[in-house]
Amino acid sequence: MARRIIEGSRAVAEAVALCKPQVVAAYPITPQTHIVHELAQLVADGNLKLEFVNVESEHSAASVVLGASATGVRVFTSSSSQGLVLMAEVLFNIAGMRLPVVLACVNRAVSAPLSIWTDHQDSMVVRDAGILQFYSENAQEAADLTYLAYRVAEDHRVLLPAMVCLDGYVISHAWEVVDMPEADQVDAYLPPFQPRYRLDPTHPVSMGMYAEPDKYLEARYMVQRAMERSIGIIQDASNDFERVFGRPCPGLMEEYRMEDADTVMVAMGSMASTAKMVVDQHRESGEKLGLLKLITYRPFPEKLLYQALEPASRVVVLDKAVSLGAQGPLGTEVRSMFLGQPRPRSVSTFILGLGGRDVTESVIDDALRKARRGQQTGEFLDLRSDLDLEEV
Amino acid sequence: MLEKKVSPRLEMSHLFASGHSACSGCGEALAARLVLWAAGPDVIATSATGCLEVFSSNYPNSAWEVPWIHSLFENSAAIASGVEAALRVTGKLDQVRVIAQAGDGGTADIGLQALSGMLERGHDVLFVCYDNEAYMNTGVQRSGLTPLGAHTGTSPSGQTSSGNPNLKKDMPQIALAHRIPYVATASVGYPFDLEKKVKKALSIRGPKYMQIFSNCPLGWRHDPSETITLAKLAVETGLFPLYEYEDGQLVSARRIASKKPVEDYLRPQGRYGHLFAQESGVEMVARIQAQADVNIERYGLMAKKE
Repeated sequence: MARRIIEGSRAVAEAVALCKPQVVAAYPITPQTHIVHELAQLVADGNLKLEFVNVESEHSAASVVLGASATGVRVFTSSSSQGLVLMAEVLFNIAGMRLPVVLACVNRAVSAPLSIWTDHQDSMVVRDAGILQFYSENAQEAADLTYLAYRVAEDHRVLLPAMVCLDGYVISHAWEVVDMPEADQVDAYLPPFQPRYRLDPTHPVSMGMYAEPDKYLEARYMVQRAMERSIGIIQDASNDFERVFGRPCPGLMEEYRMEDADTVMVAMGSMASTAKMVVDQHRESGEKLGLLKLITYRPFPEKLLYQALEPASRVVVLDKAVSLGAQGPLGTEVRSMFLGQPRPRSVSTFILGLGGRDVTESVIDDALRKARRGQQTGEFLDLRSDLDLEEV
Repeated sequence: MLEKKVSPRLEMSHLFASGHSACSGCGEALAARLVLWAAGPDVIATSATGCLEVFSSNYPNSAWEVPWIHSLFENSAAIASGVEAALRVTGKLDQVRVIAQAGDGGTADIGLQALSGMLERGHDVLFVCYDNEAYMNTGVQRSGLTPLGAHTGTSPSGQTSSGNPNLKKDMPQIALAHRIPYVATASVGYPFDLEKKVKKALSIRGPKYMQIFSNCPLGWRHDPSETITLAKLAVETGLFPLYEYEDGQLVSARRIASKKPVEDYLRPQGRYGHLFAQESGVEMVARIQAQADVNIERYGLMAKKE
């Protein structure tokens, strides 16, 4: 174990290298590029042996790793924003074919307007695809979730793709102190990839077949069951993580100062760090405020999340994405957990930080202030007042 | 008990098994069977979405006796690239050959980008385009490889239209522009020529491109029993020349013994019926004949053997 000051992208790239994928395919898009630069350089310097396939689009990046995974090797790709949206068709396919592809999503807003800055809109586009989604708070967690992602995705009780999300720039381009493990620690944590089926002329199989209406429903149900099973497997992988690496990787979620909290914020990604500071400040003035950082968004760990939030009387959900015409995706799902429960709660949902707008302590304070006044629904925070926003 | 004696060559044809649900007279099914017959069992095949994929892989039935994978419409070449990369990194590329398959839309339209990437990167894959000259699986719409004058659902003939107004995209030349070692055309009308070309292609390392003329009796509206006759006529008129390029050089072109007028090929097909029912058809037939003549000149199809 070595604590080093490195860029977030470098941490993820080294974590991927320690997992020893054999085929990596990638296409350039900001802010994801640093990860594949690092991997390409490791290969060029002879420090990593794998096939690096420079594809002509993200659609082909995902397709190449699909084909390689089906042939029985561990794979990696990564993308952001438009690239991830272009990949979306293939990602649904990878999940339905039960291939444990691991990819990094360096979160970035989706055009238009064109924005290279961070929010969670891109990964939300594929939240229904059948991909495990882990949202990281910092570079350390992004690297740690990479080992965990491979382990859970390749588990024969799961066999689904997994996506490690890290906020563009805030995590991908920031330099932090990161604990990078030794190769033998990762080897002890992550067994070699054992495909359940693979393309092999000595045992021919057909993959990606056509399903009539009497079979499709069952195939989708089986993905749903695998998603549900994976919750326990993520927990096990998290427990094992601490045993092997000697430090925690919570996996599903992290509770921050939630003991006796009557108001709890729910957030994902790097804004959880800012929210923790807000919690500390409010605790100093005697307010019973806590934070639930959700790490695993898919599968949505509803039961455990409900248990964790159950004692609170006020929940404040911070979404870095919006389902235009409805609310933020996380807000909708958290609120629905409390519907029909005997004790009514105020569940306020907010949209903030889109397209790289800074999520500052004062923006989060504003959310808490508004939530205290009464339940808010999909309220946008930090809107400019100098523009006519009613203009079509 | 009756013992059937089957030659080993014919047994190999069962790598693409019978019992699939292709239409009678389907050129694509025949072509796929011939490709596997020539390739033998040590291959991994990919397929684009389309007729071939649907009629061969209705779960839990599969016609594929070799490992086979279908993903999407446009990514057969990219899937094959990934398969090849995995075989390369695990040291198996000496024992296993990779064949990517797609129809004309999956090759020359929606799949062109992925194919170009595969060719440019130098993957050791044989890409086979089963060219039935339109989107047949969705019910006959024009593609970039639909020939001039053909009626399809989206290039219909009518008062102001003589069918598809565009020339068939010259896909083999696009493949050739990637400076790959082998490019060939073949036809279900000439199975031994097709076999020879698949075998040669698979003996060459690097990306290979083959375009196989594969009738669709349903979409072209001809009698299913006419598949082979019409496939031969397409060659004998000069409309679908059979040739090979190795390392950028034209090394073979199937000569035409006696040139047939394009009308002989067009008339039995319902997709060209309007050309013989409307006045403007005469001009269109002349343009199609001109296309055939260009091919004959360009590939030296009538030239005397030296």
